[in-house]
Amino acid sequence: MSSLVSHISDLVRHRSLIGHLVGKELKVRYRGSVLGFLWTFLNPLMLLGVYALVFSVYMRIQMENYAAFMFSGLLPWIWVHSSLVYGTNAITEGESLVTKVIFPLQVMPTVKVAAALVNYLLGLPILAAFIWLQGIPPSFNLLWLPFVLAAAWLFVWGLALLLSTLNVFLRDTQYIIANLLTLWFFLTPILYPLSQVPERYRWLIKLNPLTLMMGAFQNLFFRRQGPNWPELGLLALVGLAVAGVGMAVFDRYKESFAEMV
Amino acid sequence: MDGARAIEKLAIDVRDLVKDFRRVNIKGGFTSLKSVLLNPLAAHRHEGPRLLHVLKGLDFQAAQGEMVGLIGRNGSGKSTLLKIMAGIYKATSGQVKISGRLSALIELGAGFHPEFSGRENIFLYGIILGLSKEDIRARFDAIVDFAELADYIDSPVRTYSSGMYVRLGFSVAVNTDPEILLIDEVMAVGDAGFKRKCEAKITEFKKAGKTIVLVSHDLDEVERFCDRVVWLGQGVIQADGPPGEVIRTYRDFIASQDGAAPAQVGSDRWGEGPIRLSGLEVVDRDGQPRSTFRPGEPLAVRIAYSQDQDQPGPGRDLAFGVALTKADGTLVFGTNTHLDGLTIEALPGSGKVELNLERLDLANGLYYLDAAIHTRDGKPFDYWTKASSFTVRSDLEQDGVYYPPHTWTLP
Repeated sequence: MSSLVSHISDLVRHRSLIGHLVGKELKVRYRGSVLGFLWTFLNPLMLLGVYALVFSVYMRIQMENYAAFMFSGLLPWIWVHSSLVYGTNAITEGESLVTKVIFPLQVMPTVKVAAALVNYLLGLPILAAFIWLQGIPPSFNLLWLPFVLAAAWLFVWGLALLLSTLNVFLRDTQYIIANLLTLWFFLTPILYPLSQVPERYRWLIKLNPLTLMMGAFQNLFFRRQGPNWPELGLLALVGLAVAGVGMAVFDRYKESFAEMV
Repeated sequence: MDGARAIEKLAIDVRDLVKDFRRVNIKGGFTSLKSVLLNPLAAHRHEGPRLLHVLKGLDFQAAQGEMVGLIGRNGSGKSTLLKIMAGIYKATSGQVKISGRLSALIELGAGFHPEFSGRENIFLYGIILGLSKEDIRARFDAIVDFAELADYIDSPVRTYSSGMYVRLGFSVAVNTDPEILLIDEVMAVGDAGFKRKCEAKITEFKKAGKTIVLVSHDLDEVERFCDRVVWLGQGVIQADGPPGEVIRTYRDFIASQDGAAPAQVGSDRWGEGPIRLSGLEVVDRDGQPRSTFRPGEPLAVRIAYSQDQDQPGPGRDLAFGVALTKADGTLVFGTNTHLDGLTIEALPGSGKVELNLERLDLANGLYYLDAAIHTRDGKPFDYWTKASSFTVRSDLEQDGVYYPPHTWTLP
């Protein structure tokens, strides 16, 4: 337990380092491209365009304001996806920092998750404007967003810690996770509402923590409701457990990272 | 010296340090999923023989304000020891106690991002090394000045030359104001001018009472800067003591190792004929063999030879030569009896020829001696490269090779 506390206090102590690295992460991604930082906004918009075209024109999903529904779940999914993909590689790709500099290693996966979160937050105005255009004005329930984000953060961050550790010892992790994420995406009600899933499989879908997470985002943005507290509470509990395990595993193995990367 | 060190406060105290590495081979070095699935027990079964014992229980101390040189051949564990002291590697067993803020210069610019400008990288790298943004802002100009990069500071570092890259890295790193500094070979890079600046900075650190551990293959540098030298070999400490002494022992060891390898002998000594070199000695004014001199002292090189009585002698077509070189091969001084206008008439079957230098006007450093017996037009009977060496040492700092007696006149 005390090691978990020191893990977190270490992160707090290095917040300026994290802030700087997140800034670097965001700036470097599109550096050198003509549109540069604009891509932060263009990428989700284009993805939205693709899915909107496929699912509301070609394979019609019977749902009012489908694009608004999809976008409110797709944007947080992008956060989860890039957190886990980049997070998995955080230690292995940062070889020079791991082996050549005295450096707080837990900062590395944390930066990946935080940078993806900042990307999500930057996309929020676009999301809000888009949903509004579809005829769903923003509501005061959006003020609950920090709670949803906090619960979701625990889950995603814990998983990123776990995966980054695993990938140091088993390089196959990065490829496995890329494929699993595709599966996970389609198993989570993002492109389709939960009500479209046949009744007898619904319990299965509900076992998926991402169903809880995406449901919470959809509640705020699409349904204009406050959080479903029992569900959000459950997500927070799962998140705490995953984060606890993630920190414990990371701290247990971080001392051998320098020899393994 | 030893007693004094025990009383002083230790900045670094390493005891009974053991470090094993798992031997990594290309195939299956990193666990792959396949190997885990197919043979889950294999990794454990082979654990024993696959361990590499890099450090085998050594003690290492550095007192506050002391500068310690760490020498040894490649793979002797110097860098591993440094990384354990820095906290990058974890010791397999043993104690490591560090008292003071520590900074390690292991690879300069390891945190740089090529797409970012020098300016952005100074902030990023500075923060990685533990400075606050305000610290960096306050030192920014000094960092840029020291790195001599004022004109390029806003260009991306991928456009920098490797020298510029290293200068920037060193400049940020030394500005982190550590109490203990671990340096791994980083001064070997950069041009002569920058190297001199680095050395000046190290001297400044020493004066400020910082504890420094320097890993280097440049034995001259180690001897010039360090208060104490530790020779690491085969995972244990081979020698620990005053620089001149340890380095001489180390050099002798290296020479004996290299001498044992047949390929080296041929390249070190060549020529054939009726007369051979049989020994070389460097002696002081009293005729005593010595290997350390002060600038301005007299020195003599004593060359012993022997003639093969069965072969016709070389007659008068004969000269003895001596050359003085630096480790990098620079010729400092070279002469022979023929050049100096001497003709050798009758030579006893064996004996000694002596070259007397009235004053040794050389700067601090290590010098090698070549000796040769050859015909007057240079065909060698016996040419012996780096047959001996000696060190010039003084309390003053000196640059270059030549150090004549000199005075200043001030207004």
